[in-house]
Amino acid sequence: MLETRELILNMGPQHPSTHGVLRLVLKLEGETIVGTDVVIGYLHRGSEKIAENLPYFEFVPYTDRLDYTAALSSNLGYVMAVEKISSIRPPERAEYVRVILTEFQRIAAHLVWLATHALDLGAMSVFLYCFREREAILDLFEMVTGARLTINFFRIGGVPADLPPQFFARSWEFVETFPDRIKEYEALLTRNKIWLKRTRNVAVISAEDAIDLGLTGPSLRGSGVSFDVRRAEPYSIYERLQFDIPIGEKGDVFDRYMVRMEEMRQSLRIIRQCLEQIPEGDLLSRVPRKLKPAPGEVYVRIEAPKGELGFYIVSDGSEKPYRLKIRGPSFVNLQSLPAMVQGGLVADVVAAIGSIDVVLGEVDR
Amino acid sequence: MSVLWWLVTLVKVGVIFGAVLGVVAYMTLAERKVSGHIQLRLGPNRVGPFGLLQPIADGLKLMFKEDIIPDHVDKVIYLLAPAISTVAAFAAYAVIPLGPPTDFFGLLPEPVPLQIADVNIGILYIFALSSMGVYGIVLAGWSSNNKYSLLGGLRSSAQMISYELSLGMSVVGVLMMSGSLSLTRVVEDQAGLWYVFLQPLGFIIFIIAAFAETNRLPFDLPEAEPELVAGYHTEYSSMKFSLFFMSEYAAMFTISAMAVTLYFGGWQGLPGLGTLGIPPVLWFVGKVAFFLFLFLWVRWTLPRFRYDQLMNLGWKVFLPLSLLNVLLTGLGLVLLR
Amino acid sequence: MEVFLRGYSALGPYVPVFLFIVVAVTFGIVTLFIAKLVRPHRPYPEKLSPYECGVPPLMEARERFFIRFYIIAILFVLFDVEAAFLYPWAVLYGKLGLYGFIEMMIFIGILLVGYFYAWRKGALDWVKEG
Repeated sequence: MLETRELILNMGPQHPSTHGVLRLVLKLEGETIVGTDVVIGYLHRGSEKIAENLPYFEFVPYTDRLDYTAALSSNLGYVMAVEKISSIRPPERAEYVRVILTEFQRIAAHLVWLATHALDLGAMSVFLYCFREREAILDLFEMVTGARLTINFFRIGGVPADLPPQFFARSWEFVETFPDRIKEYEALLTRNKIWLKRTRNVAVISAEDAIDLGLTGPSLRGSGVSFDVRRAEPYSIYERLQFDIPIGEKGDVFDRYMVRMEEMRQSLRIIRQCLEQIPEGDLLSRVPRKLKPAPGEVYVRIEAPKGELGFYIVSDGSEKPYRLKIRGPSFVNLQSLPAMVQGGLVADVVAAIGSIDVVLGEVDR
Repeated sequence: MSVLWWLVTLVKVGVIFGAVLGVVAYMTLAERKVSGHIQLRLGPNRVGPFGLLQPIADGLKLMFKEDIIPDHVDKVIYLLAPAISTVAAFAAYAVIPLGPPTDFFGLLPEPVPLQIADVNIGILYIFALSSMGVYGIVLAGWSSNNKYSLLGGLRSSAQMISYELSLGMSVVGVLMMSGSLSLTRVVEDQAGLWYVFLQPLGFIIFIIAAFAETNRLPFDLPEAEPELVAGYHTEYSSMKFSLFFMSEYAAMFTISAMAVTLYFGGWQGLPGLGTLGIPPVLWFVGKVAFFLFLFLWVRWTLPRFRYDQLMNLGWKVFLPLSLLNVLLTGLGLVLLR
Repeated sequence: MEVFLRGYSALGPYVPVFLFIVVAVTFGIVTLFIAKLVRPHRPYPEKLSPYECGVPPLMEARERFFIRFYIIAILFVLFDVEAAFLYPWAVLYGKLGLYGFIEMMIFIGILLVGYFYAWRKGALDWVKEG
């Protein structure tokens, strides 16, 4: 009898396109994938355990290091969770500042995703075009916070500093010019035949499977499920804002790509509204110097660039959380990878990883 | 074969080899400069004026690098592979005419051809050498004892032989018109009209197959970095790596020179206008430079094909198209006569 | 050299080509040799292990590989021989005229039958559809 023997190919942890230290063990039959093992943990730093040993205030900088491409989103999720468990309401202006900055952060994170995704599929120049725009956003962050990557800006109870006056002019400038840049990327990719060949009908995941596997964020919406925490369970000031939730049809790499491209436009829309509506007022509520929330537990989720980012805090009434659990969207989304690439080719794995947009800092925590 | 003949031949060999080496070295700089400017960067600009000494610095760096030969490699083949690649890539220049015969302003008693040898089967010679190049790659992949290398080497050889068919077939149209396999004759034939105007389909097939043949984007699957790390030369370091690197650029130069010779009139000037007082050699260099730039331009613009798509394209689109081209050319020639 | 070439005048043009190849080979050897003199050499087992993304290889690399590569190679031989037949025909095409054209079309036609057979059988599909 003829039989085929599988070739076991190791991708990662030191591999150019596993977006960090992700390791995949691929079982290949010829070049077709018949099995995928995802091996994680190479970047584990024990963030959740660290949280148990720190006062609530001091854990904020650690959240920067979860999804390091979107530090502010992680900041926001954590401070919102602490605010909820200790019943603190941030002032109105602070909420606007938070939304403006996190939406900028979403665009920046999506730009990193687009850059690396395109790079993985061979379109190398798009990488630097994306970073040009991301640079502009990071400049804005630097203007407000003094930091560019691990920003650590949000505080329990608000934000520590106001937006400087020139921030508004620069933001408007960005909001006006960025749509043209998106058109530029689309000219290079969306209408490119090779790009379509590489992404259409590749790594398809149906809506049911996506829900079963716990996919959230753009990767879920690419499969046609209209779920966005900002709309399903509005937090902060999202109730007052107008924005659309783009969804895909088939759930292939191309749909997830299109969803993220449209999300960047929607983020611009949100920023525009916030810049117009932002009220005057305080930035930081009164927060006790020693924050000791009443015993209890709370789960708060936000829509991070990668998907649903949740913080689950159990308080025993002391200065430190009894337990902090982080639901990192990248971690949950990653488990759909084997289902996506089953029966595909090695090259599709690269496309699939890119389209889920994982950040290993958040997967391993 | 007089003393003078030997002297002239030796000088030609030396000059052309040096020129090819120089072009290859500066292609690496051009690649980085062009990609830099496409990507809103400057490219290398620190080593010498405008970074012009960069290739020399790179070469020296590679020379001083430790040469790591991993365990379990097949040593003889492992050493032979880059040598085969390089020799095959470089030797192809021997038959490409750079200009019309010249006596160097009366320096020589009789005009000598501006190529190392006018071999009567020049085209076959070049194809034979490019097939040799495949050996270098497949042997490198096999001897390295590394899965990425093996997959890269196999992919590369399958891709190169597949597109070699289309490449070879597309040239048949040119041969039917020129009636000779000698590249000198082919160029002389194009004095009136470049073959690209008579063989547009053949040229399109040729240039696309050329991209695949030289493993350049969008067909750079053998070393598709995000998938196979560095493909067949994953385990190569130091000078052996640089030999592969050089042979890749040399192959690009060969194929550009071929495209110019076969379809764009070689050293001939513009059709109908002549050389416009510019020396034929410069016409040749200019045209080749254009094609080299095309290679860089495409690489930094397009994404990459997937391997199965590439093979399908080669076997199901370009092979029938190149046969169709033979048919159309044959029909055209019969009807016109 | 002339002694060897006496009676083989067809090989005459290849003398410079041969010279050129010798120069290319010498260049390769010389650069490798010079590099050998100047570069460091400090091997240790980890450095010499095959690269597999930073983990020890899970299995030997020289395994059975994808059958498609053989099929492509066989098809290549077939069509490359065809190309080899086409070349002399193409060179002499001007003299052969209509007769040569029809003759070669029959030849290509027969090959095309085989080509479409291979296509139908799926030999040209890299990955089987469905």
